[in-house]
Amino acid sequence: MSLSHLDRLEGEAIHILREAVAESANPVMLYSMGKDSSVMLHLAKKAFFPGALPFPLLHVDTTWKFRDMYAFRSEVAREPGVELLVHQNPEALAARINPFTHGSAMHTAIWKTEGLKQALDKYSFDLAFGGARRDEERSRAKERVFSFRSEQHRWDPKRQRPELWQLYNARVRPGESVRVFPLSNWTEFDIWLYIYREKIPIVPLYFAKERPIVERDGVLIMVDDARMPLRDGETPKLRRVRFRTLGCYPLSGAIESSANNVRAIIEEMLRTTRSERQGRVIDFDETGSMEKKKQEGYF
Amino acid sequence: MTAVPSSVIDLDRHLEEHEQKTTLRFITCGSVDDGKSTLIGRLLYESKLLLDDHLAALEADSQRIGTQGDALDFALLVDGLQAEREQGITIDVAYRYFTTARRQFIVADTPGHEQYTRNMVTGASTADLAVILIDARKGVLSQTRRHSYIVSLMGIPKVVLAVNKLDLVGYDEQCFRAIEEEYRSFAGAIGIGSVSCVPISALVGDNLLGPSPKTPWYMGPHLMRCLEEAPVRDRAASGAFRFPVQWVNRPNGDFRGFSGTIVGGTVRPGDRVLVLPSNRESVVDRIVTANGDLACAEVGQSVTLTLGDHVDVSRGDLICSARAPASVSDQVEAHIVWMHEQPMLPGRRYMLKLGTRTVNAVPARPKYRLNVETSEHLAANTLTLNEIGVCNLALDQLVVFDPYTVNRDMGGFILVDRLSNDTVGAGIIHFGLRRAQNLHWQNLEVSAEAHANLKGHRPAVIWLTGLSGAGKSTIANVLEKKLHARGIHTFTLDGDNVRHGLNRDLGFTDAERVENIRRVGEVCRLMTQAGLIVIAAFISPFRAERRMVRDLFDPATFYEVFVDAPFEVAAARDPKGLYLKAQRGEIQNFTGVDSPYEDPIDPELHIDTTQVDPDEAADRIITCLREGSVIPDASR
Repeated sequence: MSLSHLDRLEGEAIHILREAVAESANPVMLYSMGKDSSVMLHLAKKAFFPGALPFPLLHVDTTWKFRDMYAFRSEVAREPGVELLVHQNPEALAARINPFTHGSAMHTAIWKTEGLKQALDKYSFDLAFGGARRDEERSRAKERVFSFRSEQHRWDPKRQRPELWQLYNARVRPGESVRVFPLSNWTEFDIWLYIYREKIPIVPLYFAKERPIVERDGVLIMVDDARMPLRDGETPKLRRVRFRTLGCYPLSGAIESSANNVRAIIEEMLRTTRSERQGRVIDFDETGSMEKKKQEGYF
Repeated sequence: MTAVPSSVIDLDRHLEEHEQKTTLRFITCGSVDDGKSTLIGRLLYESKLLLDDHLAALEADSQRIGTQGDALDFALLVDGLQAEREQGITIDVAYRYFTTARRQFIVADTPGHEQYTRNMVTGASTADLAVILIDARKGVLSQTRRHSYIVSLMGIPKVVLAVNKLDLVGYDEQCFRAIEEEYRSFAGAIGIGSVSCVPISALVGDNLLGPSPKTPWYMGPHLMRCLEEAPVRDRAASGAFRFPVQWVNRPNGDFRGFSGTIVGGTVRPGDRVLVLPSNRESVVDRIVTANGDLACAEVGQSVTLTLGDHVDVSRGDLICSARAPASVSDQVEAHIVWMHEQPMLPGRRYMLKLGTRTVNAVPARPKYRLNVETSEHLAANTLTLNEIGVCNLALDQLVVFDPYTVNRDMGGFILVDRLSNDTVGAGIIHFGLRRAQNLHWQNLEVSAEAHANLKGHRPAVIWLTGLSGAGKSTIANVLEKKLHARGIHTFTLDGDNVRHGLNRDLGFTDAERVENIRRVGEVCRLMTQAGLIVIAAFISPFRAERRMVRDLFDPATFYEVFVDAPFEVAAARDPKGLYLKAQRGEIQNFTGVDSPYEDPIDPELHIDTTQVDPDEAADRIITCLREGSVIPDASR
């Protein structure tokens, strides 16, 4: 008998989840409704079965997610044993920060980076799970599984703790925290295979459907509500698209596709030659942008 | 993911094949310019694993900051952090993922230069194979020997020696053979079992994914074949059952399960198991998972076990095979790799985490330090960043382990600093020491309590800490007189006095300061057992040592008093003329001048000597002792 590749990844992720909970005082799981979040939540339920989840979920909301994502979030929050906290940065809300007027960089910094820090401080969480994978981006490749953050939530690449064998160190002083990434060693392909194998529910936006689309600077943007200001000559056209990654709808690029189930997505991925972050507007700002955002406290 | 032609795909077959692939974890190591990053970038590129937008980014970066003229600079794919890209070096472990038709790979790219040995040890701890790069023009360097030694120490069973830049020596066979011969004899001497040597050019792509026409004299496998065919370790998998308990799962009164990840052997319901260190035997009842109970579970699976009878099991315990149990000891000998800028201090207490168990550990003076280039043993008092040595560790509780060579997860541990919480060292256990088990405390028939009862007060330690000249000795004197007048049995230990006798062999380096305080702490402990109130006046500049002493006592027995004088005030008082000497450089390691003083964070009493005179300070301490019921309210 030999464990399959997904079994090994599952075993490792569950080990990480349990270790983090056992070694922290007040853990939380960051939840974004994305496919990685869905997989992480599924693994957490397995890790503590038959017990309930020993931590709440936290969604750092920007008010600019797709409507389908909010609907999905409501469903998850209704599941027994799931406690979902939602935080919206009140300053961003008051200043009506949005990607159109303020640009993607400021939008992300104020809603997500600042919002996350506020939420972690508000509830005094000392450990937060995130669904990031090392294969996503170059600076993520050097991220630890247990990533230490200072009292100011800053990530200092030179102060990260060495991680050997399966031994993780989650100890912090008051005010400091650890971000933990149980999916560190998973690739995007592994995520899809696991969703397929375990029949994990995901937001319908991952599946192809006709949606109102405008093409802006080479990126296909879905006009999800009336808040999106259209430029001269822009008329939303129905196009058959799906999303490989989800975030704020004005910042998430769609791809043309006819894959309307998980199997078809996997088949499509085997033929694809573009990486998933390509649809993310926030990474285009400049090279090294993720590294900078992380140092400032972004997940 | 493997890119496949966009013709018809038999998806189910493809997925099944993908699922059954084994995963090889390997590290790449070499000196700064050996071309490691180029090699990995090239493997990704040649395996057609680069996606269009990554390639576009690579082309743009190659033009902007590349070192290869108009050609693609593959190193840029791998050198992740912006700081590194600007300096042109790799400064941290990066993990890459790729898949070929035969196998999945996780590559830990570890830096080559000396000050980052800890990163290489980190990458090596989980690797099945090491690719060591050598520049064909330079041959086997001291770096090569250092990396190979670490590979051997960390128990990696297989090395692929990639002799790179062969294009720059004209694909000369003699050059390759000479390097191969030198390396093989060295590797054999340090115990690396299996070595393959491959002549390559990472830049051009020779012998990476297929045989190169430029090396017709080389008949061995190309690099990718070495990677695809290397055995994946299964020593622990075929060994005895080992299950460190991570979490006690008790959702309700009816269910009590023990969650963990199997790190050795297999388990089935009905197996006899032993819980260590408590040494209670039981039998496995169920293997519980969210997908239903299992008939068998193996290494790498995270499951929840229930046991047949109600044995007490907590996080940190080990459930293991009753027929082949693990070792238990409170003293071990280990190789230690030091990973922090602050050196290891023998006598200081660290947290040691092994499996899921964390205990306190005190390292003794290293038996020796290793010269990792020559394997020579060197004398050492401490271990500094990136040094490797062998020493004994005394533990305050039992740990359960196997020798590292038998099971990596059961024999590897980390050391954590108790104040900063940083991971400061990694260790590899070879064996437990019997000595601790044979050395029993002499049971005293007249107990500490009996001593105290005779005295009419409880024993205590008043620990006065502060800069030289803060007024510790003065306060200690006044305090002792006042207590004595009340009929209290006291004794004062003073820094200067102790250093003239008990500790006259010690100087003032950090390590010697730690030992000084350790001994004083033990003397205090003996004196409290005799029922005394001990007044200890020591600069004791480090929080860790004060905490070490505090931990020797019942919390109600220990009073840390911060005798606080600002540096300027203490230096101006200078009763012994020491500050003047220190500032002139005549004394080294003087606290406050060229050695730090760490203020107490939460002392029982804080005395600001610029506001309070010694007499009042002593009264405040007495009040404290009365309130803590150490001494009676009224004088006798």
